[in-house]
Amino acid sequence: MTTFLGMPTAPRGVGHLRQVEPFPVAARRGLANTQMRRNLTKATGIIRAKRAAIVGEVPDWEQLREAGRAIKTETMAHLDHYLEQLETNVTAHGGVVHWARDANEANRIIVDLVCGTGAAQVVKVKSMVTDEIGLNEALAQAGVQAYETDLAELIVQLGHDRPSHILVPAIHRNRAEIREIFLREMGDADPGLSDDPAALAEASRAHLRRLFLSARVGISGANFAVADTGALGVVESEGNGRMCLTLPETLITVMGIEKVVPSWRDLGVFMQLLPRSSTGERMNPYTSIWTGVTPGDGPQQFHLVLLDNGRTAVLADETGRQTLHCIRCSACLNVCPVYERVGGHAYGSVYPGPIGAILSPQLTGIEDNASLPYASSLCGACYDVCPVKIDIPSVLVHLRARHVEAAREGRRLPRGEAVTMAAASWVMASRGRFTAAQRAAKLGRGVGRRGQIRRLPPPFAGWTEARDMPVPAAMTFREWWRREHRPEDGARG
Amino acid sequence: MRIALFVTCLADTLFPGVGQSTVRLLERLGHRVEFPEAQTCCGQMHINTGYASEALPLVRHYVELFKPYEVIVAPSGSCVGSVRHQYAMVARRCGDEKLAQRAEGVAARTYELSQLLVDVLGVEDVGAYYPHRVTYHPTCHSLRLLRVGERPLQLLRNVAGIDLVELPDAEVCCGFGGTFALKNADVSTAMLADKMRNVVDSGAQVCTAGDSSCLMHIGGGLSRLRAGVKTVHLAEILASTREAG
Repeated sequence: MTTFLGMPTAPRGVGHLRQVEPFPVAARRGLANTQMRRNLTKATGIIRAKRAAIVGEVPDWEQLREAGRAIKTETMAHLDHYLEQLETNVTAHGGVVHWARDANEANRIIVDLVCGTGAAQVVKVKSMVTDEIGLNEALAQAGVQAYETDLAELIVQLGHDRPSHILVPAIHRNRAEIREIFLREMGDADPGLSDDPAALAEASRAHLRRLFLSARVGISGANFAVADTGALGVVESEGNGRMCLTLPETLITVMGIEKVVPSWRDLGVFMQLLPRSSTGERMNPYTSIWTGVTPGDGPQQFHLVLLDNGRTAVLADETGRQTLHCIRCSACLNVCPVYERVGGHAYGSVYPGPIGAILSPQLTGIEDNASLPYASSLCGACYDVCPVKIDIPSVLVHLRARHVEAAREGRRLPRGEAVTMAAASWVMASRGRFTAAQRAAKLGRGVGRRGQIRRLPPPFAGWTEARDMPVPAAMTFREWWRREHRPEDGARG
Repeated sequence: MRIALFVTCLADTLFPGVGQSTVRLLERLGHRVEFPEAQTCCGQMHINTGYASEALPLVRHYVELFKPYEVIVAPSGSCVGSVRHQYAMVARRCGDEKLAQRAEGVAARTYELSQLLVDVLGVEDVGAYYPHRVTYHPTCHSLRLLRVGERPLQLLRNVAGIDLVELPDAEVCCGFGGTFALKNADVSTAMLADKMRNVVDSGAQVCTAGDSSCLMHIGGGLSRLRAGVKTVHLAEILASTREAG
């Protein structure tokens, strides 16, 4: 007999999926960073308004969301089938498909492919998944320099920084900060560079153009892969992605296994949902779609790396698997009151915000990102804007329950909390115990001044740092009811 | 109509006026209110903190106690939201399918106050009088879980003497979130600071909502700052009359 230990999760020691400190601690640093908070409030406010206006023009938006959800649900139910179909069609069109169990395997495959070309540098399209697996570090160890070509990724890379947003990795920076980074790190920036956005874009254009023309290997992620044709798609705004996808001789695309869609027809749904949800545009400026290799046109070597890295473990969880529906639009970040105040770095993972709070702990196993499912007030704004209707609040609650269950089994529950919860459950399950507790609570009336308690002991101290707490009422509602109304016949408790 | 009141543990213990107002309002409208005295707590705190098995006895207790009633009302969007959207899920998680089905039945008959008034009782003007400048905070679970929409505002607009002013960024969470306010007290406080700024900027002297817990949070902050704005539950405004304020 064998014991099923669950699906493998993303390995430790590689990539960027894990918190190094608990969310409340990291969040405190974000809250104190007034420049970042101002940048974020401004930027998310603009994107929120654009999204709301542009989504408002679509009369069948709710049906579109439902269609997106349905396509993803169907895909996840038959993921094995669609992935093999994709492999067959990519191979038939001259591409080579590689299956990577986890970050280490993916990095090894890609490093070997790059080294096989003899290239010492690669250009990259913005890609969450290569950051997830820590590909740039793996390439650097092999002596290969990776250049990020998405403007925001370039800012992050030059600033020796971490991305803080799914769509706009440098959203925490304003233009004055970007100018400083360019002047300090670019090497070829004009010393008279202004912080005018057009001038900054021009500086990056000049800087990147030389790289595009000399690079022999391009590395990309993918927004979609179409199973029944073998086509891959990248959706972007700047055109830098298209340079990477078309100029080098060799193109290596890394894709999470959940990005496959069954057929071309499905793109009609997602190409409406994605730009409106992410940038608040009817259509994004550049959509590149390619199928394998076309002789004499574009890269002549094409490799597709299909990455699991914990995704099968997510798929195995009936409630959690909807997390894999995510199309990385970042609408949930832009409406999240927690994200807006703490910034993306507080989440400790390449996937920040509400979607990160449910994705990262599932990819790594909850014990490695235990505070993330609690990094939400469960306000539900994320669920309302999600283009594929991921019920993020319900998944958060589910992951909290999974965390408590796992911690209980390993006897790792915070003792105070577990005792409080068990005691509260015991008290609340009985009318007699509940009314006795109410009588006891009235003793707290003596602690208050003018009806308010100014200071409570832990674990309630956090409340009274900034808020008063009303003292328990002199007469509870049920005492009033007894006085005013005849008790019900036969009421027992 | 015979209406069972689930007062919520918070209102029972800390804000009995909310329960009294709910009773007075419904009786004034000609209905008979019953208070099953064995009631305690809906268990939302347990569920949302991850303690599903500790919540199960509370789910069972609520379902058994309120099963005989045709219409159940609670003056709380989040407690009703928990009954309606979480009870069956908790029961299934704990492997009790029979309880899950019974919970679904009771949940469908459990209403938040403004839903009960507008949808079940068909009233938008409850004959209230409240001569104060008021702003309304649409709490997250009323807004996004129960979809109460305009109902509380329709009721408030028909209150005589009221000066209803708009709350800027009204739909943004106040930062309460149950144990979130303790586990992530700093983030919660930052959210509260913005909510309080908007409440003060609205010019209102009273901030109202359909949930005592969110009001306890906003009110606790306003009280600490001596901001000169108080929090009053929707039920208390709707229960106020010219005869008895």
